[in-house]
Amino acid sequence: MTDTLSTTRSASQERTKAIRAGLRRRHMSEAIFKGLGLAAIILALGFVALLFVDVVRRGLPAFTQSNLHLAVTYDPEIIDIEPAPVMVPGQSEADFRAANLKWQRDLAMLNWNKVIEASLRAAAPAGFEIESREILSIAETNARHEVRAMFVDDPGLLGQTVEVDLLASANADNWIKGNIDRSLGDAQQQLSAPARQLIDIFVENGTISTGFAWAIFTNVDSRAAPASAGLLGALVGTLYMMLIVIVLAVPIGVASAIYLEEFAPKSRLTDFIEVNINNLAAVPSIVFGLLGAAVFINYLHLPISAPIVGGLVLTLMTLPTIIIATRGALLGVSPALRQAALGMGASKTQMVFHHVLPVTFPSILTATILGVAHALGETAPLLLIGMKAFVAQVPATPFDQATALPVQIYLWQGNENRNFFEPRTAAAIIVLLAVMICLNGIAIYLRSRLEKRA
Amino acid sequence: MDSLVVAGLLIVLLGLSYQTGWSRSRALATTAGVKIHSRPQYHGALLAIWTLVPALIILGAWAWVGPGITHDFIVSQIPADTLANLDQVGLNTTISRISAIASGYGVAGEIQPFEQAGGNALRSFQLISFLLVIGAAALAGGAALFYARGRISARLRARNTVERIINLVLLACSAVAILTTVGIVASLVTEAFRFFTFINPLHFFFGTVWAPNNAPTGSNYGSYGLLPLLAGTLMITAIAMLVAVPVGLMAAIYLSQYAHRRLRAVAKPIIEILAGIPTIVFGFFALVTVGPFLRDTGRLVGLSINATSALTAGVVMGIMIIPFVSSLSDDILNQVPRSLRDGAYGLGATKSETIRNVMLPAALPGIVGAFLLAVSRAIGETMIVVLAAGNSPVLRGNPFEPVATITVSIVNQLTGDTDFTGPQSLVGFALGLTLFVITLCLNVFALFIVRRFREQYE
Repeated sequence: MTDTLSTTRSASQERTKAIRAGLRRRHMSEAIFKGLGLAAIILALGFVALLFVDVVRRGLPAFTQSNLHLAVTYDPEIIDIEPAPVMVPGQSEADFRAANLKWQRDLAMLNWNKVIEASLRAAAPAGFEIESREILSIAETNARHEVRAMFVDDPGLLGQTVEVDLLASANADNWIKGNIDRSLGDAQQQLSAPARQLIDIFVENGTISTGFAWAIFTNVDSRAAPASAGLLGALVGTLYMMLIVIVLAVPIGVASAIYLEEFAPKSRLTDFIEVNINNLAAVPSIVFGLLGAAVFINYLHLPISAPIVGGLVLTLMTLPTIIIATRGALLGVSPALRQAALGMGASKTQMVFHHVLPVTFPSILTATILGVAHALGETAPLLLIGMKAFVAQVPATPFDQATALPVQIYLWQGNENRNFFEPRTAAAIIVLLAVMICLNGIAIYLRSRLEKRA
Repeated sequence: MDSLVVAGLLIVLLGLSYQTGWSRSRALATTAGVKIHSRPQYHGALLAIWTLVPALIILGAWAWVGPGITHDFIVSQIPADTLANLDQVGLNTTISRISAIASGYGVAGEIQPFEQAGGNALRSFQLISFLLVIGAAALAGGAALFYARGRISARLRARNTVERIINLVLLACSAVAILTTVGIVASLVTEAFRFFTFINPLHFFFGTVWAPNNAPTGSNYGSYGLLPLLAGTLMITAIAMLVAVPVGLMAAIYLSQYAHRRLRAVAKPIIEILAGIPTIVFGFFALVTVGPFLRDTGRLVGLSINATSALTAGVVMGIMIIPFVSSLSDDILNQVPRSLRDGAYGLGATKSETIRNVMLPAALPGIVGAFLLAVSRAIGETMIVVLAAGNSPVLRGNPFEPVATITVSIVNQLTGDTDFTGPQSLVGFALGLTLFVITLCLNVFALFIVRRFREQYE
C-alpha cells in the first residue's frame, strides 16, 4: 500500500520534473524566438541609421568649399583688344550680334591665364619660386572664364583692379580638407610641392578661405572645372519632369480610377484593365525606359535626353500607383454618402463629382505626392532615354537636353577625381533625400490636416 | 504672340458659349409654366463643347499640316536655277535664312535679292495664313454656337449628353493603362524580333558567352549568350532573399505579435523609409561603404572578396527589400483568423509555438506570394547592380567575384547614342523582353497565390 503510494508519488514527481524541464525548454525557445525577432528589428533599424549616417558623414564636408579672394588687374598689355562694338543705327540685329560674337571670340583668344597668374603671384609672398603651370593649378580652370565674363559685362574694367572671389581648384580643395593623404610622396600627389606649400600660405594669410559651397546650387555640371560643378541643371531638369508627371499622371490616374471604380460595367474588358494595372505596377522600371526609347524617341522622334520624354516615361510609371491608391480611397467612401446623394435625386456623375470625390481628396493628394516622390528618385529608365549625356547648361524648356538629380548622382559617382567627387556625390544624395523627405513630410502633414477637417 | 492669340480666341469662345447656353436656358427656366430638363450649367457646358470642338479641330489640323505647307511655300520662292544648285544642307540654310528675314530678326552677311523677296513674301504669307486659320476657327466655332444655341429647349437633355461625354473621357483615361501595356509588349517584341534576325534565338537563350562586339563595323557582332547574365541575376537575387526574408519575416512577426504598441508605431514607419529611398542611393552606399567593408572583412578571415561583387550587390539589395517583405508578411499575418491563434493558446501553446506551428503554416501561401513578389522586384532592380556588382558577364559560381545581370547589360548596351540598327543595341530589347516575361510570370503567379490565400479566410 505504502509502496504503491510512494511509486505513484515518485512517478508524479518524475512527471512534474519532466513537465518542468519541458516547460523550461519551451520557454527557452520562446525567448530565443522573441530575441531573434528583436534582433531582426534592431538589424533593420540599424541599416536605416547606418545608411543615413554614412551618407551624411560623407556628404556634409562637400557643402563647404575653398574660395580664393584675389585682386585681379585687367592689364591693358595682356588684354590687347579693340573696344566692344556698339549698335549703329540702321544695322540689323543679326549683324550686331555677329559683330558682338566676333568681339567675344577675339576676347576668348587672349591669354586670360596670365591675368589669373599675375593676381595669384601678387598674393603670394615676394620672391616665392613657382612655375606658372603650378601656380595656376591652385585656381579652378573656370577662373579665366569668370574673369572674362566680368569683362564682357563691363568693358570699362580695362586697366582697373577689382577684388574677385574665385573657386580654388578641386585638387587644392582636397589638399586643404585633407581628402588626400598629406604624407603621400610627390609622385602620388596631384599638386606639386611648391603649389601645396603656397596653398598652405594662402590659407594662413586669408587669400583662401572656406565658405558655403553655393556652387552646388547655383552652377551646372562641369567636367573641366570640377570645383564649380553644381546641381542647378539637374534640379531644373527634375523640376520639369515632376511638373509633367503632376500635370499628366494625376488627372489621367484619377479619371481612370473613377471610371474603373464607379462607372465601369462588370465586363471582360474592365477585368482585363484591372489585371493590367496591377501588373503594370510591378513591371521593373527599366522596362518603362525601354518603352520610352523605342516609342517616344525611335518612333515619335521626340528629342533625346529631354525632360519631356523623361516626364512621359515617369508618368506612365507613376500612373498605376495613383490609380490603385485612388481606387482604394473611392472604395473607402461610406455607402451612406452615395445613397444620400442618389436619394436626393443626383445623377451618378453628380454623386461622384460633387460628393464622393471631395471626400477622397486627402488620400488622392497623399498618393500623388508619394508617387511623385518615387518618380523623383528613379534613375534606370532615364539612362535608357539618353539622359546620361553630359549637359552643361540649364534647360530652358522641357524640350532641351537635361539631366535629372538621380542621374547626376550616377554621373558624379563615376568621376575619376574620386577624392573630390565622392563627397560631392554624397552631398547631391543629401539634396535628393532632403527633397524626398520634404515631399513625404508635406504628404503626412496635409493628410492629417485635411482628414481632421473632413 | 501667335499662341497668345489662339489662347485668347479659345478663351473668348469658351466664355461666350458657356454664358450663352447658361443664360438662354435660364431664361427658359424662369418662363412661367416651363419645366426645364437640365440645369443651366449643363446647357452652358454642352454649348461650350459644341463650340470648342470644331475650332480645335481646325487649329489642330493647321498645326498638323501648316509646317509642311510653309516649307513648300518657301521652297517655291527660291528661283529654280538656284534651287537646282542647292544640296540638302544648302537648302536648309537658305530656308532658315528666309525665315529669319521674314521674322524681322535679319541675317548676317550679304542678303541676296531672292532671299529678301522670299522673306517679304513669306511674311505676308504667314500673316495671311494665320489670319485665315484664326478666322476659320472663329467662324466654325461661331456657326456651331449658333446651331447649338437654336437647339436649346426645355426638353433638351443636356445633362445626359454632358455626362456621356464625361464618361467617354474617363474611359479614354483608363485606356492609357492598356495602351502602356500594349506599347511595352509591342516595342519589346518587335525590336527583339529584329534582334533575332541578326542572332539565332538559340544562341541567345542558351549561349554561355556574353561578349558583344560594340564597335559597329563589319558583320562580326560578337556573341550574345544570356546564361551568364541570368546566372548573375539569379545569384544576386538569391543573396538578396537570404538577407531580406529572415530579417523581414522576423521583423514582421515581432512587430505584429510581440512589440509594444509604441515600439510598433515608431519602428514600422522607420523600416518603411528604406522602401522610399531611391535605389541610386543604395547603389552609392554599396559602392563606397558595404563593398570595401566586405572586402576588408573577407581579408581578415582569409577570403578574397571583391569590393564590387555579387555579394555586395545582393546584401544591399536585400536591405532594400526588407520593408517590402516585412509589410507584406505583416498584412498576411494579420489576416490569419483570430480563432486559429486563440485555439492554439487554449491548448497551452506558447506564443512562439503558436506562431511557428499554427500561424506560419496557415499564412504560408500568402508568404510565398510575398516572397515571389520580392523576387520579381529583385530581378528587375537596376541601379544597385549597375554600381556595385562589378559588371563582369562571365559564367561562374563564386559570389565573391564580380557578376553582371540582365538589367546591367540593358543599361550598358542601350545608353550609347546608337540608333537601333545593329544587334549591339537591339539586344537590350531582347533582354528587356526576357526580364518582362520573367517578372510578369512571377507577379501573376504571386498575385494568384495571394488572392487564393485571402479567399481562403474570408
